[in-house]
Amino acid sequence: MREEVSHHHFTVKDLDSGQEVRWCPACGDYAILKQVKNILPELGYSQENIVFISGIGCSSRFPYYIETYGFHSIHGRAPTLATGLKVTRPELSVWVITGDGDALAIGGNHFLHVMRRNPDINILLFNNQIYGLTKGQVSPTSPVDQHTPTTPRGSIDRPLAPLAVALGAGATFAARTIDRLQNHMADTFRAADRHRGTALVEIYQHCVVFNDEAFQAIYDKNTREENIVLLEAGQPLFFGKNNEKAICLEEGKPRVVARNDCETGRLWIHDPTDIGKALLLARFEDPAFQESTGSELPTPVGVLYQKEQTPYEVSIHGQLSRPYGPVTAETLERLMFPKKT
Amino acid sequence: MPPVNKNELSRRLVVRIVGDSGQGIQMLGKLFSEAVADEGLRLGTMPDFPAEIRAPVGTLSGLSGFQIQLGTTEVYTAGGAADVLVVMNAAALKKNLPHLKPGGILIINSDGFNRRFLKLAGYAEDEDPVADIEKAGTYEIITAPITKLTHKALADEKLPMKARDRHQNMFVLGLLAFLFNQNLDLLESRLREKFSRRPEMTSRNIKVLRAGYHFGETAELIQRPVGSFHPTTPPENAQYIFGNLATAYGLMAASARSGRPLFMATYPITPASDIGHILARLQEAGVITIQMEDEIAAIGAVMGAAYGGSLAVTATSGPGLDLMEEAIGLAVSVELPLVIIDVQRAGPSTGMPTKPEQADLLAALWGRHGEAPLPVLAPATPDDAFFITYEAAHIALEFLTPVIVLSDALIANSARLWTPPHLDDLPPISIPWWDPKSSAVYQPYRRNEKGVRYWAVPGMPGSTHRIGGLEKEDLTGAVSYEGANHERMTRLRAEKIRHIQQTIPSARTEGGATSGPLIIVGWGSTYGAIREAVEHLEQTGFSVEHLHLRHLHPMPSGLDALLDGFETIIVPEHNAGQLAFLLQGRFLRKVCSITKVQGQPFTPEELSRKILEAAHACVKK
Repeated sequence: MREEVSHHHFTVKDLDSGQEVRWCPACGDYAILKQVKNILPELGYSQENIVFISGIGCSSRFPYYIETYGFHSIHGRAPTLATGLKVTRPELSVWVITGDGDALAIGGNHFLHVMRRNPDINILLFNNQIYGLTKGQVSPTSPVDQHTPTTPRGSIDRPLAPLAVALGAGATFAARTIDRLQNHMADTFRAADRHRGTALVEIYQHCVVFNDEAFQAIYDKNTREENIVLLEAGQPLFFGKNNEKAICLEEGKPRVVARNDCETGRLWIHDPTDIGKALLLARFEDPAFQESTGSELPTPVGVLYQKEQTPYEVSIHGQLSRPYGPVTAETLERLMFPKKT
Repeated sequence: MPPVNKNELSRRLVVRIVGDSGQGIQMLGKLFSEAVADEGLRLGTMPDFPAEIRAPVGTLSGLSGFQIQLGTTEVYTAGGAADVLVVMNAAALKKNLPHLKPGGILIINSDGFNRRFLKLAGYAEDEDPVADIEKAGTYEIITAPITKLTHKALADEKLPMKARDRHQNMFVLGLLAFLFNQNLDLLESRLREKFSRRPEMTSRNIKVLRAGYHFGETAELIQRPVGSFHPTTPPENAQYIFGNLATAYGLMAASARSGRPLFMATYPITPASDIGHILARLQEAGVITIQMEDEIAAIGAVMGAAYGGSLAVTATSGPGLDLMEEAIGLAVSVELPLVIIDVQRAGPSTGMPTKPEQADLLAALWGRHGEAPLPVLAPATPDDAFFITYEAAHIALEFLTPVIVLSDALIANSARLWTPPHLDDLPPISIPWWDPKSSAVYQPYRRNEKGVRYWAVPGMPGSTHRIGGLEKEDLTGAVSYEGANHERMTRLRAEKIRHIQQTIPSARTEGGATSGPLIIVGWGSTYGAIREAVEHLEQTGFSVEHLHLRHLHPMPSGLDALLDGFETIIVPEHNAGQLAFLLQGRFLRKVCSITKVQGQPFTPEELSRKILEAAHACVKK
């Protein structure tokens, strides 16, 4: 799939599309665009073999701002276009750019099915917990009681946990990163690219205008370490200002305890191949889950889950007895002029 | 008993077979049609079945029917009233007797007429419909206990009753084979071929087939050899083809001729699903077919594949077309080639899923928001579905536009003799590729002399670019909200579609006349009924012309002038008058509309009567 030697080597500068970027000043999208551009040249693809496909929303303007092939499609449907493209052109590096409304409200159906099909594409889900482009309405990831123009008395709908939804639908790669963590974002994007299958990266993204407070606790330098736990394979889940806290498994439930209070054997060691634990991690921020554990759990950041699974397009091509290509005259001749019995 | 043509049948003959859905009536019809085709006869077929897979046994709503018209010369429809009617139970008789010609042959399965079946069919306690019909003497009646004789034929097989019941269709096939003096050996070899993977099934089928044939012999039924029809020799390689199969072949031919791989994404929907099934089976053809989660996803995947340079296609029906319209609008805006096959069925909403209608015409033309013109084509007959589908792909790839093909449930499931063309005889398809070696800077919306943009697909070096649903600046494709540019782009997109008119044949009547008192203008699957109605009217001394539109947008050139030559214009269609509305609006002339929305096509007799009525009632222009 990937070219060992890039014949058309390109640099970050080559990725400038010349279009004026029209996101609001200080929007989290800028940081994401920057890190995507930063890592692309090192992935080994030719510039013309990279495609960004987006839906509708602020984040979906992304393809216009990067000098690769790009397709700004319609609301919620980007995963379907990416599926059709990847199946027919498996050599391309295909990236879907989507938001919480695009992927989980109008595109919820496709989000489920792309996960279970598992084409080798990367999905960057910009989650700012609000509708930005339409001026601040509630989104499927907004917390309960969010006051917005459509929910002036507070929203009632409980939020979806995107990674839990994805894992429930059979995702083979589920990760979370934050637009403020530049290096972590870049590393997560690299890992997504390396994964053979659908790689979902949820990015907590700052909407300055309509949802400025949403990620206050994990943005603020004073509280960030208390509220984030970094996931690294084989490492225990320690967090806090001085890494003094641990996630301890007690009676099968994750609880926050002082690091030294967790017995060896109960300490949660991150294993991204463990689907059971990944499902719990994806629920850490769910108030109902926190209530059941009796702990205020931190936000897990990193690769929650990763599993080897033959990508959709590989299986499809494997079922063909002749490689995908134009129908041949011989095939048609045989079908259209059958021998008379 | 009135005289029937004992030895010499009329030039055309209609056979109608009706039983319970699940009794294998469609399979029986198909096998009988193939046997007829083997004799060199022309034929037209039409299925008529309920949407439910196994509707309640013995009821009027559970009936499944198959009608075939055979003839010595060209046949265009499955015909109207039947010369031979086979009824497997009382409900079938009740619903279909009005469709049997006086003097026709009525074949009755007497086992389908016990008290229970009579009651299910809605006959009164003391009614004996068979005796009543015999008394009236209008028809020639052949009665056979088909169910019992089928069970007997399978007596030495260890089979449950239900499984035996399923072979009754073979008894009827055998009986018809005797009646029409068909070659039993040929039929048997067909069955062996058909069930080659299930030899036990073949042997059972053949046992019952022979039982049916021998019943005819033993009962000394008068044979009416179809062979005595003296058919005109059919063209070499002529074969019997269903509309959905012709559609699939048309797509494959376009793939071969354009050099583009064929990709199809679908969501299952009656009556379009078969097109996807056919292509899915042909994995040796190097075609990819995928089933998506809904029609929106199907058209999305098709758009993704088209963006990557494939010949990308979907097949759907009305409810699916509704869901796809937003994405089709995007394809109009970005100018990508898609082929959307709408096998129309009776609507609105779920409507009557297995029944034909032509009511999606205006939705295909104008169903999208904004100014979103695209070509709309419609096959006239099942075999024409091959050529129309090929042409749709041809136009899509040469003009970078989505194209909608309006087939319908009648074309999809009807069959006609078809002479396949050789690939080299089909028009070549040339794609407006961007030349990656060009020294010019690639501009995604720079156009050639036909108004078509140059096409660069991912993977082509030096032409990375962005497309999308936002309005694009002329030439560069950069996002533009500038009013004058939007107007220019709207005009350019429409002009491109209008330009297609120069690549399609100009308007021509079937008979070649350019003036006269009366012209019938039709489109889509009404072709056969109009053709046969017009032939009939001409034979009875009327001067009538027939014009059939295979291109609904853009319409052929010269149409306005041609219509001008006729005093009265009549438009029959299976909707509430959509083409009539279109012609009146486009050409500002009086059009008389004949409509039928019963989920059943016009029969030629019905149509010739209605044409005469309309010609009298309709005010001349």
